[in-house]
Amino acid sequence: MEQSPINWGRPRDDIYGHYSDAISQAPNTHSLPKKHTQQPTVTGSSVIGIKFDKGVIVAADTLASYGSLARFDNMDRLTQVGDSTIVGIGGDVSDMQYVQRLLEELEIEENYDNSGDQSLHSENIFNYLSKVYYNRRSKMDPLWNAVLVGGVDSKDEPFLSHVDLLGVTFSSPALATGFGAYLALPLLRQLVPYPDSYKNVTEADARAMVEKCMKVLFYRDARSIDKYDVATITKGNVKIEKDIKCKDQNWRFAEDIRGYGRTTS
Amino acid sequence: MFRNSYDNDSVTYSPTGRLFQVEYALEAIKQGSAVVGLVSKTHAVVVALKRNAEELGSYQKKIIKVDNHLGVALAGLAPDARVLSNFLRQQAMSSQMVYKRPLAVSRAVYAIADKAQGNTQQYGRRPYGVGLLIIGHDEAGPHLYEFLPSGSALEYRGAAIGARSQAARTYLEKKFDTFPDLSLEELIVEGLNALRDTLAQDKELTLKNTSIAYVGKDTPFTLLDDDKVVDWLAKLDGVSRKSNPRPTGGEEAAEGTTTEGEPAAAGTTAAATDAPADAAPDADTMDTTE
Repeated sequence: MEQSPINWGRPRDDIYGHYSDAISQAPNTHSLPKKHTQQPTVTGSSVIGIKFDKGVIVAADTLASYGSLARFDNMDRLTQVGDSTIVGIGGDVSDMQYVQRLLEELEIEENYDNSGDQSLHSENIFNYLSKVYYNRRSKMDPLWNAVLVGGVDSKDEPFLSHVDLLGVTFSSPALATGFGAYLALPLLRQLVPYPDSYKNVTEADARAMVEKCMKVLFYRDARSIDKYDVATITKGNVKIEKDIKCKDQNWRFAEDIRGYGRTTS
Repeated sequence: MFRNSYDNDSVTYSPTGRLFQVEYALEAIKQGSAVVGLVSKTHAVVVALKRNAEELGSYQKKIIKVDNHLGVALAGLAPDARVLSNFLRQQAMSSQMVYKRPLAVSRAVYAIADKAQGNTQQYGRRPYGVGLLIIGHDEAGPHLYEFLPSGSALEYRGAAIGARSQAARTYLEKKFDTFPDLSLEELIVEGLNALRDTLAQDKELTLKNTSIAYVGKDTPFTLLDDDKVVDWLAKLDGVSRKSNPRPTGGEEAAEGTTTEGEPAAAGTTAAATDAPADAAPDADTMDTTE
């Protein structure tokens, strides 16, 4: 580092050569090729959701992975929008944060010029999100997410729907994104095998199954963590519980696994 | 040539704080035939008086449906109303497309009120020459709004704009206390009563010149014209036209109001008034000045 007062802090020419100003001559971004997202970078894993007789439970763990690196262990992936909706987002975290800003803007605009004649229900928020995702996939520049929207709709019925990076939408009394679609969904469907089954499911039953699912996901999904958030939405009430730990874990089976870790032979 | 030098554009105040172009636009509304609107706890209704420009021409449409829950009635320049209602249709479709919900009535009204206000502030533009009564139903219930070219948008329990609308307002002011609990049928009859008060002495409400529209919870916006208003006109009682009584005898007045529009003022044709809708156009006494 240059020590003379005039050039203090600059790289020394005798060591690094003359300072190159090529960076400031670099072509501006407008002349570079436009790049679209080809793959997610920092990712969240599963989001799971299930309807019960009076509402919906949505859960997601708090891990954001950078590839296989567990990069951030306190990422909130459940967002409340309006007073009866939770949006849970898996996939690319930067795209998730962009969508969260859109939703915040949506809520501000909704409250700005609204005399209270109308409010944002879950189906309105979901429909908006599905248009956002389909619009971006149509630009061949998708937002790399899978999203669950859970809440209470304008008829005070439980609402749960899914939209993903392709803009594909569907609804079911139990939904899961990512690895949860393989590991958690069969468990959730034990409670709600048919579209109307949720009417016979209590909140406590649904909650117990969600906790079981999050534990199974932690056991078997290598991009998950044993800490998760749970949102419970009923008519007129949204409850978000943060940083719940997976209880009663049992790792005895790990003793018998051969081939990696401490039992490589 | 000019009335004064402060009315060349819509953005310059007169020294007394008036915008003359806006006031002229409000005058344009008074040139249009009357429309009356009113609301109960469950429904909103507009009724309108149509004019035909000439004997051989059709009647000017006065009520425009915007969406299943929303419609407007106009007084003034019909082309300006078309521009505004087309804009509202776009807004309503966009709300349905993006949010899957009907456009709130207040939002619809404020959207066009903002457009009208912009015209009073941006040089080179002119105010809309039309006033609207907007009826609709949303999560908060039925609504009636009055839109004016000044950009004002106010919600009313009963309102009337257009030619001789003061008479209708007088009627509404006398009766509005009863409106909240009226049934849809009673509400429409009250609207027609108020509308009838705006008529010139030699005029009558007929199936040709009357439009009725209503909307409510689980009642999509419905527009009635021609044959479909006959039954409603029959519900009018002939003696309630107090503020502007017709000159002929009471008996004939009662019958003349019920069916088609041969001007009963002629006083001789009461027996012929059961003629069906395809009777000769009733317009030989219609005003042709709109």
